[in-house]
Amino acid sequence: MSKQNNPHTNRKALSERRWLVLARPLIIIVALIITWQMLVIVTGAPKYMLPTPADVWATLIARHDVLFDHAQYTIAETVIGLFAGAALGTLAAIPMALFSPVRFWLMPILLVSQAIPFFALAPLLVLWLGFGLASKIAMAALIIFFPVTVAFFDGLSRTETGWLDLARTMGASRWRLLTHIRLPAALPAFASGFRVATAVAPIGAVIGEWVGSSHGLGYLMLHANARVQIDMVFACLLILCAFSITQYFIVDRVLRAALPWQPDSLKPAR
Amino acid sequence: MRNTAQAPQTAQNLTKFDVALRGGSVAFNGTDIFHDLDLTLRAGSFTCLLGPSGVGKSTLLRYFAGLVEGDVSGTITCSDNTPLAGRVAYMAQQDLLLPWRSVLENVVLGAVLRGEKPEHDKASQLITEVGLAEAAHLRPAELSGGMKQRAALARTLMEDRPVVLMDEPFSALDPLNRLRLQELAARVLRGKTVLLVTHDPLEALRLGDHVHVLSGSPARLQDAITPKGQSPRNIADPGILAQQAELLGQLGADLSGGTA
Repeated sequence: MSKQNNPHTNRKALSERRWLVLARPLIIIVALIITWQMLVIVTGAPKYMLPTPADVWATLIARHDVLFDHAQYTIAETVIGLFAGAALGTLAAIPMALFSPVRFWLMPILLVSQAIPFFALAPLLVLWLGFGLASKIAMAALIIFFPVTVAFFDGLSRTETGWLDLARTMGASRWRLLTHIRLPAALPAFASGFRVATAVAPIGAVIGEWVGSSHGLGYLMLHANARVQIDMVFACLLILCAFSITQYFIVDRVLRAALPWQPDSLKPAR
Repeated sequence: MRNTAQAPQTAQNLTKFDVALRGGSVAFNGTDIFHDLDLTLRAGSFTCLLGPSGVGKSTLLRYFAGLVEGDVSGTITCSDNTPLAGRVAYMAQQDLLLPWRSVLENVVLGAVLRGEKPEHDKASQLITEVGLAEAAHLRPAELSGGMKQRAALARTLMEDRPVVLMDEPFSALDPLNRLRLQELAARVLRGKTVLLVTHDPLEALRLGDHVHVLSGSPARLQDAITPKGQSPRNIADPGILAQQAELLGQLGADLSGGTA
């Protein structure tokens, strides 16, 4: 016990951990690149089937203007879709938690919506909303809507019963009970739903682009694939990966900073 | 809607009405927890409910708080002919502090939930009174167990209700902290009508003016033991120790010194 409280050992352990936190992604990336290179060597796959990391890097540099141009579209679709989907999920979860008739009517619809494969919806969305950003944003928002709604609804329905009892003896109104206890108490659940949504959001945008578009990394990948420019496909994939990870990291940081009382975010300080 | 508009009362004010439960019955899933039970909380005095776990002590307390739902009958009347609803403050075994609010913000929670203007000066004064002046701006996660229960006590006092219902408020604390908090509670709650549920006979005798044992199924109340002197009482007092033995006997303990 005294060992753990010793500030020196603590600080040392903390700085070691911090070093590892920074180094770990680098180690993983280097390991993946080595594995990739080994795979090319071992299988002897030709360049038009499996390019080497160096080939892809060269393409990334040489075609950065095209890649950057198209990435902007995909990123915009994903980010707008993320916020639109999260906003819709929030708007659906609150009345579901508050009013049981809404819950009984909306829950089956939600479940049915999940039974429809999103791939099948993409052509329809493109038909209805056009080749532009709107259909991709709708696609991303649709994918995000469900995890956010379910997680937030769950959080809102699981308010600690002791708090509800206390609020009742205090004479709380339904509305203030929601805004001061149930909503803040459900924020950690909302945050975990939003984190999942962040990870899947780019999928929606890229699927939308595959089905019908004139911009975006999905569009670029599809055309490069048709022309056997596999290095270009890999370059698009790498950018998508980097973007997804960055987006997740930013969202995670923002959520932790916004909910400092969440048990999960207290851990690193201990 | 619950009646919340009550004349403010200072902590020193004596509560002047008895609260009487007559014919109280609660059943869960067809099983009687208690049936046709009478209990009177005397004006301005401390009533303790003692009993084994699961006997229905908490249910009885929650009955007074209006928190029991389901198969419930009986009447609660106040001797001033005003309904009890809206005149009780509730304190549970868990501190029930909201983790995203500071101690001060937790103490003023009742006013916030009723849409009233929170009285921060009064809250700070109560926080100082329970010994948390230094911690007023900390979040619950940064407090020890004892400090959290002090904060919960300050929040209960802030409500300034004539009747205070406490459900094993100190049972999660270590013995030393428990004694300190009992002393604090006895001091700050003096003059209010208090119902305290506990499984600790010594705690009941230290704080209670009337100590009832609740036992059996459906649960029945035994006649009150009334310890002498003003609370908090000295737990080393021979009279108190004798009454503790009596209570343990009522609870069904074998006091012979064991046969093994």
